[in-house]
Amino acid sequence: MDFQTFLQQFVNALSLGSLYALIAIGYTMVYGILRLINFAHGDIFMVGGYLAFYGVSTFLMPWWMAVIVAIALTTVFGVGLERVAYRPLRDSPRISIMISAIGASFLLENLAIVLFNARPKAFPVPEFFARNFILGGVHIASVSLIIPLVTAVILAALLWIVHRTRVGMAMRAVSTDIEAARLMAIDVNRIVSITFAIGSALAAIGGILWALKYPRLEPLMGIMPGLKCFIAAVIGGIGSIGGAVLGGLLLGVIELMTVAFMPELTGYKDAFAFVLLIVVLLVKPTGLLGKNLGEKV
Amino acid sequence: MENEVCSIRGLTEFGRKITKGAPMKKTISLLKLAAALAAGVSLVSCSSPNVDNDVIKIGVFQPLTGANAAGGADEYDGAKLANKLVPKVLGKTVQLVAVDNKSDKVEAANAATVLVQKEKVKAVIGSWGSSLSMAGGPIFAEAKIPAVAVSATNPNVTKGNDYYFRVCFLDPFQGIVGASYAFNTLKAKKVAIIREVSNDYSVGLAKFFVDEFVKLSGNKDSIVAVSDYNTGDQDFSAQLTNIKKFEPDVIFAPGNYTESALIIKQARALGMKAQFIGGDTWDFGAFLDIGGEAVEGAAFSTFFANDVPINKTSEVFLKAFREEFKKEPSAVAALGYDAYLVIIDAITRAGSAEPQKIRDALAQTKGFEGAAGVITINAERNADKDAVFKTVKDGKFVFLTTVKP
Repeated sequence: MDFQTFLQQFVNALSLGSLYALIAIGYTMVYGILRLINFAHGDIFMVGGYLAFYGVSTFLMPWWMAVIVAIALTTVFGVGLERVAYRPLRDSPRISIMISAIGASFLLENLAIVLFNARPKAFPVPEFFARNFILGGVHIASVSLIIPLVTAVILAALLWIVHRTRVGMAMRAVSTDIEAARLMAIDVNRIVSITFAIGSALAAIGGILWALKYPRLEPLMGIMPGLKCFIAAVIGGIGSIGGAVLGGLLLGVIELMTVAFMPELTGYKDAFAFVLLIVVLLVKPTGLLGKNLGEKV
Repeated sequence: MENEVCSIRGLTEFGRKITKGAPMKKTISLLKLAAALAAGVSLVSCSSPNVDNDVIKIGVFQPLTGANAAGGADEYDGAKLANKLVPKVLGKTVQLVAVDNKSDKVEAANAATVLVQKEKVKAVIGSWGSSLSMAGGPIFAEAKIPAVAVSATNPNVTKGNDYYFRVCFLDPFQGIVGASYAFNTLKAKKVAIIREVSNDYSVGLAKFFVDEFVKLSGNKDSIVAVSDYNTGDQDFSAQLTNIKKFEPDVIFAPGNYTESALIIKQARALGMKAQFIGGDTWDFGAFLDIGGEAVEGAAFSTFFANDVPINKTSEVFLKAFREEFKKEPSAVAALGYDAYLVIIDAITRAGSAEPQKIRDALAQTKGFEGAAGVITINAERNADKDAVFKTVKDGKFVFLTTVKP
C-alpha cells in the first residue's frame, strides 16, 4: 500500500471514528450518571435523523432551522422517554430498568416502521456538506472534516460542563451516590433530566451527521451504530467521556484498517468490533480510561 | 409446533437464570434476552386467525423491514394489486397473508415456519432476495407447499427443491448479459468487482459475470480487484480506496440498491470515474433518490421496462398500478403481480386448492402471459425470460436494450 492510499484510508477512518465517538459520548453520559445502558440511544439517533428529514422535506424549513428544530425535539423526546420509561423504575432493581430500555428500543423501532414506513428515504444533503477537497491526492468530503470538528467541540463543551459548572458538579455527585446527593439537596430528577437532554441532543447531532455522511434513512438504522458505539464506550471505559471518544476513534480505525489491509476478511468486519469488546472485557473490564466504580449492575 | 414449545421452554429457563444468576452474569443474560425478544417479534403478520373454509390463503413471504424492505414492499404491492383485480378462484376468496422475514436469513426461516404451520397457506409468493428464499426453501419443501419466487435469480433457489418455482430469469444469464455489455458495448479492459458477500445473489451473480468476462477478454488479469461488503454496511470508503489504485474502467457491483447507491456516491467522492454496472436489484426509485447525481450513467440489467407495455396483461397492470399507487411500478412489482396470477392460474387448472395439486399444475405452466413477459415453467421450475438493460439519465431510468436468452 502506497503512502497516499494509506493517508486516504486514515482520513476515512478518522471520519468514521469521530462519528462513533460522538454517539458513544451519549451512551457514556447516561451510564456515568445512572449506571443505565440506554439501549434506546441508537433509536433516539434514528429519530433525530428522521425529524431533520421531515423538517426539510415536508415542512420545507431552511436547512439550519430543520437541524435546530430536530435537535430540540429529539432532546424533548429523550427527556420524555426517561420520564415515562426509566424514572418510575429508578428504585427498582437495575435489571428492570434495563429491560425497560430494551422495550423502549423495540417500541421506537417498530413505531418508526409504522409511522415512517420501512422503505429507506434519501436524506437531502446540502451542497455545503457534499463538497469535496483534494489535498495532496487525498479526497476529503467536507462532511468528513466537519464531523471530527463537531466531535472535538462537543467533547470540550462536555468536559467543561461536567468539571467546571455547578450542574456538572451535581452530575458527578449523583453519579457517585444518588442517595447522598439527594441528602445534599441536589434535585436528582432535574440532574437526570439534564443528562438525558444532553445525551439525546448528542444522539440527534450524531443521527443528522450520520445521515449527511450516509444519506439513507430507515427505521432500523440506529441498531448497528448503536451497538458499535456501545462497544466503543465500553472499550474506552464506560462512564468516561474521554474514553468514549478514544474508543470511538479506535473502533473506526480498526474497522477500516481491517478492510484496508486484510480485504479477504471484509465480511467479518463487524465481528472484529465484537471480538474487541470481548477481549477488552476479559483483559481490562473497566475499559481503557475507565475507573473501577464497583459492581452495581 | 415443536419448535415453538421448545423456544417457550427456553425462555422460561432464561427467566430462571436471570432471577437466580449471580449479579455479574445478569448483563450477559440480558443481552441474550434481548436477542430472544428480537427473534420473537418477527411475527408481525397481517391476518386474523379465523378458520374459514371459503378462503384460500396465499402466503406473502417478503422482507417488509430491514435492508431489503423496498424490494419486499414492491413485490407485495404487485401481488396486492393482482389480488384486488382477481380476488376469487374456484368460487372462493383468496386472502394474502404477509409475513415479514426482516431481510434476515434466520428470521426468514422463522417467517416461513409461521406461514406453513400457523397460517396453513396453500401456496407462497416470494421472497425478494435469493438468500431469503433459500432460507425458506427447505421449510416449504418439507411441508409440500409450493412457493413462487418473484425476483430471486440465484440458481440454487429452485435447484433440487421440487416445490420452489420462479417467474424471473436466472443469474447465469444475467451475468452473461452484464459481462457482454461491459466488454462489447463499454469496451472495458479492466474490471473491478464489489460483492455483497453475505448475499448469495450478489456472490453468485459476480461469479457468473467474472467467468463470462474472462472468457470474452481471454485474460484472467482483466479482473483487477474483488472487494466485499456486508448487507446493511454504510461505509465503503476502505474498499473503494483499495480498488481505486487499480484504475478500473468498469466496476460491477451487484447488490442491494441502497448499499449500491451509497457505494457509487462514495466512489465519486473519492474521485473515481469508472462506469458502474449492476443487476436487477438496482431497479428501484430509491436508488435514484439516494444516489442523486452520482448514479447518473450507471447501467444495469433488469426484468421489465415500464416505458412501453409489451402485451395486454402489462397494459392492464401498468394502468391499474398507476391508478392504485399513484407512482411508477418497479420491475419487481410487475413480477409480484405475475407470481400471484400464475398461482391463481395453477389453482384454476388444478381445480383444487390442495398444495400438492397446485404444485403439479404450476410445473405445467406454459405460455402464460404475464405483465413482465410470457412465462413458461421449465423442468428445473424456472422461467426463461428476456433481460432488459437500463441506464440512469437525468435522474430517471431509461430503457437501453432487450437481450434474449
